[in-house]
Amino acid sequence: MGFTLSNQQQLLSKMATGNGHGENSPYFDGWKAYDSDPFHVTKNPNGVIQMGLAENEMCFDLIQEWVLNNPEASICTAAGVNEFKDIAIFQDYHGLPEFRNAVANFMGRVRGNRVTFDADRIVMSGGATGAHETIAFCLADPGDAFLVPVPYYPGFDRDLGWRTGVQLIPVACDSSNNFKVTRAALEAAYEKAQKANIRVKGLLITNPSNPLGTVLDRDTLRSLVTFINEKKIHLVCDEIYAATVFSQPSFISIAEIIEEDIECNRNLIHIVYSLSKDMGFPGFRVGIVYSYNDDVVNCARKMSSFGLVSTQTQHLIASMLSDNELVERFIAQSAKRLKARHMRFTMELAQVGTSCLKSNGGLFVWMDLRRLLKEQTFEAEMVLWHTIIHEVKLNVSPGSSFHCPEPGWFRVCFANMDDKTMEIALSRIRNFVAQYKEPIAPRKNNRYWQSNLRLSFQSRRMDDIMMSPCMMSPHSPIPQSPLVRAT
Amino acid sequence: MRMLSRNATFNSHGQDSSYFLGWQEYEKNPYHEVHNTNGIIQMGLAENQLCFDLLESWLAKNPEAAAFKKNGESIFAELALFQDYHGLPAFKKAMVDFMAEIRGNKVTFDPNHLVLTAGATSANETFIFCLADPGEAVLIPTPYYPGFDRDLKWRTGVEIVPIHCTNSNGFQITETALEEAYQEAEKCNLRVKGVLVTNPSNPLGTTMTRNELYLLLSFVEDKGIHLISDEIYSGTAFSSPSFISVMEVLKDRNCDENSEVWQRVHVVYSLSKDLGLPGFRVGAIYSNDDMVVAAATKMSSFGLVSSQTQHLLSAMLSDKKLTKNYIAENHKRLKQRQKNLVSGLQKAGISCLNGNAGLFCWVDMRHLLRSNTFEAEMELWKKIVYEVHLNISPGSSCHCTEPGWFRVCFANLPERTLDLAMQRLKAFVGEYYNVPEVNGRSQSSHLSHSRGQSLTKWVSRLSFDDRCPIHGR
Repeated sequence: MGFTLSNQQQLLSKMATGNGHGENSPYFDGWKAYDSDPFHVTKNPNGVIQMGLAENEMCFDLIQEWVLNNPEASICTAAGVNEFKDIAIFQDYHGLPEFRNAVANFMGRVRGNRVTFDADRIVMSGGATGAHETIAFCLADPGDAFLVPVPYYPGFDRDLGWRTGVQLIPVACDSSNNFKVTRAALEAAYEKAQKANIRVKGLLITNPSNPLGTVLDRDTLRSLVTFINEKKIHLVCDEIYAATVFSQPSFISIAEIIEEDIECNRNLIHIVYSLSKDMGFPGFRVGIVYSYNDDVVNCARKMSSFGLVSTQTQHLIASMLSDNELVERFIAQSAKRLKARHMRFTMELAQVGTSCLKSNGGLFVWMDLRRLLKEQTFEAEMVLWHTIIHEVKLNVSPGSSFHCPEPGWFRVCFANMDDKTMEIALSRIRNFVAQYKEPIAPRKNNRYWQSNLRLSFQSRRMDDIMMSPCMMSPHSPIPQSPLVRAT
Repeated sequence: MRMLSRNATFNSHGQDSSYFLGWQEYEKNPYHEVHNTNGIIQMGLAENQLCFDLLESWLAKNPEAAAFKKNGESIFAELALFQDYHGLPAFKKAMVDFMAEIRGNKVTFDPNHLVLTAGATSANETFIFCLADPGEAVLIPTPYYPGFDRDLKWRTGVEIVPIHCTNSNGFQITETALEEAYQEAEKCNLRVKGVLVTNPSNPLGTTMTRNELYLLLSFVEDKGIHLISDEIYSGTAFSSPSFISVMEVLKDRNCDENSEVWQRVHVVYSLSKDLGLPGFRVGAIYSNDDMVVAAATKMSSFGLVSSQTQHLLSAMLSDKKLTKNYIAENHKRLKQRQKNLVSGLQKAGISCLNGNAGLFCWVDMRHLLRSNTFEAEMELWKKIVYEVHLNISPGSSCHCTEPGWFRVCFANLPERTLDLAMQRLKAFVGEYYNVPEVNGRSQSSHLSHSRGQSLTKWVSRLSFDDRCPIHGR
């Protein structure tokens, strides 16, 4: 009953009834298509291949072998059961010391031991998702803002803004200079905020970048540090893809930059990390807040009560990441396999005249399909996207979901599938591109267009992009997991 | 410009309260039966360490689940990748079955209405984010778990308005108290969105009566607000009267999905107390309201349960032989342990509220206060921490309206340590107060100091006329 419904709605918070979670988005289409028709190499070879999920499945064999050979790391096996009680009781939000040490050790090694990390600054969170929200809660009040260069991971809108009341202000980047962040763009975004009376508390960067797959060079990093010091705002560096860099130029962490720069106010520097991408463990919810600001460490640690890492998992990770032989082997193999995958992908695409942004990290490529757009508009991008989903049967992510200012770019993930599936995906792309030498026009009576999904995308301005619902989170349903089917 | 947020700058996280300070003192000087026999004995931590042997022996016989295996095959990769915020279906099924079993199968729960969260800490905060806007309020009966100040208020901006419960009726919730709290909120211009109760109660160690539950339901129905029942201690109700869940009362009153109040009654659960697994961060939200479930599910992204843990516990809780045995043994051992504490306290001339649940007793030390004030309570507490070397929780940290009550935990330490604690307490009381054992008869005596401390004469306030009916429940 209508009256009852709105009555009920009033009884809930604005947060619960609003759209700040970003999941009521037209981009759900891609997921729906995949969910209803998921590819399987034997059971459903014509299904939709999932290329919208930035997951790393490249090195599970190494980890699985290690787990088999190190049963006590799983505490609850016969070999480790006598540790069970101590682990199960331990709820100190400082975390197991061996866990923090192992993570600090791993983070250092991923950066070629060019920097070391202080285990006492390692603070747990519920994945990087929890880490970002915690950082926002620590640094900003409702109504404050963070500057974020576009294109950026769609989950940021929810992670930094949903329950915190913080807003994100895009910093313009485009293909004219390979989407590099320029001082001018930063200043422009900052000024825009000032004029609108919005208080900017920080700048958020993802390095290596999602969705670009590129790393920031030393000069850019230095200029960012200069900028935030001048404006006295925070710098939050999401380094979640740090270990996915597979070729030159090498990854430079913000930790390295501030070692070199004695002028930088370290109280402004914070790193978000996680094992979800580098190790491929999103299910284990290992998020890390690493801050050079003692007050932030203390506050974030108290907030970590809302998203501590299960001690069962802390124990496993502590054992795993203290095994230096495994760590070194993993880092090397992961880079090697990602490089091979990336090379195969980009070379195949290049052969059919499709280019990707030159990249050397991440679990995806930033594919340039602008020439296939009937017109350089986001409406045309959506048309192309629907064609890719429903006809080519690939779930890829359209650039607009990442707040990209230019239509025609797509993020295509390649590390979440085996070689066979990848070859099939590539052949589909090859065939598609060969077929469509001309830009894709919207089809009349296209059965995939439903009126409630139609969007009006007349010349979108930056503000429109900023306000548009973002793509749903990676935590959204993936009912095809065998763990779901198995029950 | 303030560099950090208000959340970070001011101490609304509540961790400067004595509840946490006691912990800190313990950390500095923890008791150890070999290495530090004079250290502080921790009795301020509501943990359940009584039944680990049952879980350990199960694990030894069932190593697969912990070893990332299922039916002999490694499922490491699938688990490592599983981040679906709907949770592992097998685990949610096992959880709702366990919750039903704890309630004697008088109610059943739908796994689709269960949302997994990183501990009850996260569940409670998430509920508030879903049900209230900043500046609104929830009513909570006092005394209550100190952590609520952080969990419910800190980042949500929501206020807690206390429902004052007193010793005069064993701290039960009354209609008057509910109304007064509601009006107090209105006076402060706070819109009340719901009532949050803990049943069984922390810190009282008692289960709610059917009458109280009926009262609460009528109240929230009448006011058109929510009722959240934190049932985290539901598996620790070790003696009669038996635990009655709010869900059971809904059923009693024929409130089904067609009634308005049905959608406004919610439950919080966790495995931290019943199973003694606080480290594993397993909490849950249960709601009959689809919108709440949907919103809470999305919010759980900020604190999901590790898939590794979901898998292990799904195997464990699906073993009905284990759960049946565990629930029964847990009750038995808790009952015995509580009896030991009560008798130890009696030997020290101290009585407590008649409890039938939880991992602690609500202890009456009013007769040991210099005056009927919270200052006196703090003085006594400090003596107990720094001189007697026991960490217990003062009632003021639980927002109790009457000074002199303390929460003393009994399930987080070996029996011999509990005995030692009681001996220390008895010695302390004997030395400072010269009070004979409680034997049910009214007594009075003079109290005096010794040991070169202040020479203030302590006068007994043993007036039993207005004392609560200790054995009333």
